[in-house]
Amino acid sequence: MPEMKKKKGLSDANLLLVITIVAFFVMYIGAILFLKGGFLKAQMFFNILDANAGLIITSCGMSLVMITQGIDISIGGVVGLVCMSCAVHLELQGGNPFTAFLIAVGIGLAFGVVQGFLVAYLDIQPFIVSLAGMFFARGLTTIIHTNPISVSNEAFKALRKIKFILPGLGYVNKKGIYIDTTVELGSVIAIVIVILMFCMLRWTKFGRNFYAVGGNKQSALMLGINVKKTKFLAHLICSLLAGIGGYIYFMHLGSAATSNASGMEMNAIASSIIGGTLLTGGVGNIIGTFFGVLSLNTIQNIVSSIGLDEAWWTGITIAAMLCLFLLIQSVVLSRTKKK
Amino acid sequence: MEKTAKKMNPVSAFFHSQMVIPVVALLLLLVFNLIMDPTFFKITLGTNSAGDPVLSGNLISVLNNGSELAILAIGMTLVTAATGGQDISVGATIAISGSVLLRVICGGEAKPAELAAPVFVGFLAACAAAMLCGAFNGILVAGFKIQPMIATLILYTAGRSIAAWVNNNTLPIVPGEKFTYFGGFIPGIAMPTPFLIAVLCFIVIALVLKFTNLGIYTQAVGINESAARLNGLKPAAIKILSFVILGVCVSVAALIKVSRISSINYSVIAQNIEMDAILAVALGGNSLGGGKFNIWASVLAAYVIQLLTTTLYKFKVSSDALPAYKAVVVIILVVMSAPVVREKMSELGKRFKTPTKEVG
Repeated sequence: MPEMKKKKGLSDANLLLVITIVAFFVMYIGAILFLKGGFLKAQMFFNILDANAGLIITSCGMSLVMITQGIDISIGGVVGLVCMSCAVHLELQGGNPFTAFLIAVGIGLAFGVVQGFLVAYLDIQPFIVSLAGMFFARGLTTIIHTNPISVSNEAFKALRKIKFILPGLGYVNKKGIYIDTTVELGSVIAIVIVILMFCMLRWTKFGRNFYAVGGNKQSALMLGINVKKTKFLAHLICSLLAGIGGYIYFMHLGSAATSNASGMEMNAIASSIIGGTLLTGGVGNIIGTFFGVLSLNTIQNIVSSIGLDEAWWTGITIAAMLCLFLLIQSVVLSRTKKK
Repeated sequence: MEKTAKKMNPVSAFFHSQMVIPVVALLLLLVFNLIMDPTFFKITLGTNSAGDPVLSGNLISVLNNGSELAILAIGMTLVTAATGGQDISVGATIAISGSVLLRVICGGEAKPAELAAPVFVGFLAACAAAMLCGAFNGILVAGFKIQPMIATLILYTAGRSIAAWVNNNTLPIVPGEKFTYFGGFIPGIAMPTPFLIAVLCFIVIALVLKFTNLGIYTQAVGINESAARLNGLKPAAIKILSFVILGVCVSVAALIKVSRISSINYSVIAQNIEMDAILAVALGGNSLGGGKFNIWASVLAAYVIQLLTTTLYKFKVSSDALPAYKAVVVIILVVMSAPVVREKMSELGKRFKTPTKEVG
């Protein structure tokens, strides 16, 4: 019985993944055809990628936790904390980008160990644990520093300026000068992490344990999987990715404020859902999450370029899109259940 | 179940009931305040600028400011019990509901000279809007089988935008003194009105639970949906009902929130209140996975959260840093009440007890 369930779950996941990817391409191609403007340039796509590299990384972690039937709403707080700590370290303590990165990883690991331990070994609901984590991170951020900091560290500035030129994707501007299409270091790291996570989840025994635990805890236990350890690792990796994602986000912004990354956890959850990850656990795909983030932000860009500038349209369209994807998921899942 | 409870002595029965966490937390906080600064408990009867008697003091401010949270805790407990999930859109629906209220009583003007409609009519409209939001969430959860947290994520994202859209992004200011009564004091009554409204809500829900089967049905659906269906209940209807009841709670909280400042700020009003409401449910010892519930434990927990906030303010903790301290207290409480830890503790307790028995 569990085996059958798992098979169906995987085919569901594939269908949901295909829907997400198709929806993204339809949306983007539609934008190119009807809106023209910025969408005609490849740079537009890479701008979206650059701006959301941090979100992509944190969403990967979120998906992983959701696959094991958990949730982590502390990641926005962790990202905010990482930004502020790194900014203080670089600007006020004269640190260098590398030690700042170590701080980011350290913060992620610390949150991961504590939250993972509370969730996996003490069996406390992940929502409450990570809620406390979020409160703690947000509070700590303001205790560290309350005013916005703009980083002027030279080494860090140099790191921010690293851009990769993509050959053949540039365009000629009005003055006839050829402008290269570039992509930031953060995006490259994000893509590497997406690929690593995808391979890990798909082809390694270690990765498939996460699906087994999320799909059916009891049968995972009977298969000899260490359920507690797997859950612990899921939370650890999620927080670690939040730390790394926070650093990438910080690198993109180049400054820190206490309100940084507020609501990022909800964006990450929304992206994971649009990407076909189910909160019930056992189903999910990192590639889907990647496209989930891109879809979410492409639609924001489309809304603002249509000219619906009033602040409320973004919120409403994202919600409408989320609603649509949830309904599709619901229909897909009930259809396979009837079979 | 009741029989076994009667057989146990009252003390151990209390320690096995879910009231233990909020009550112990409450006592700890009160004792802490008593030791640190006994003046914390001082309540004075003064007069406000209009010359009416008002009670003031830290405890009164806890009762006053904790009211919205306590009212929300009622609905949130029911939703949690029936669906095994939480509604994270309450903050956003408070914004919608408050915005509708202002739209109706201000008639769409930013600074009206007088009320365009009675407050009661405005409240009914706000209540309808909030119930509609609740029904929307409920239908997604019960009809489309989407997890509550995810289903309510939709309104969480859109809510504040919709609220701004209802009033065309203006911030209407309600004229007149009368509207401030709901979030302040009614002339002649020294207790803050929000607390009186909260007590009214408690009485209503107590009567509902006593004279209808709502409580037992909700519990049945939360514990085992299929079994409930086989027993002739309609799980979908009960789930939707719980969300609609939460909608009513939201509209009452919105009335108080809006009345406190006679206006609204869409992006800030009731921010993060959903998190506190869920916290109240969890601290009240209710399983976030649904099933058995105790509304009074949640309500008490809501006031405990407010007491914690007030205590921290008393010690000059800035409002921005507040969450960090709150998180530490929450983690301590949750760890203490975790089943694994409790088992370990009782094992330890037994180990200590056995030798004394041998001696005796």
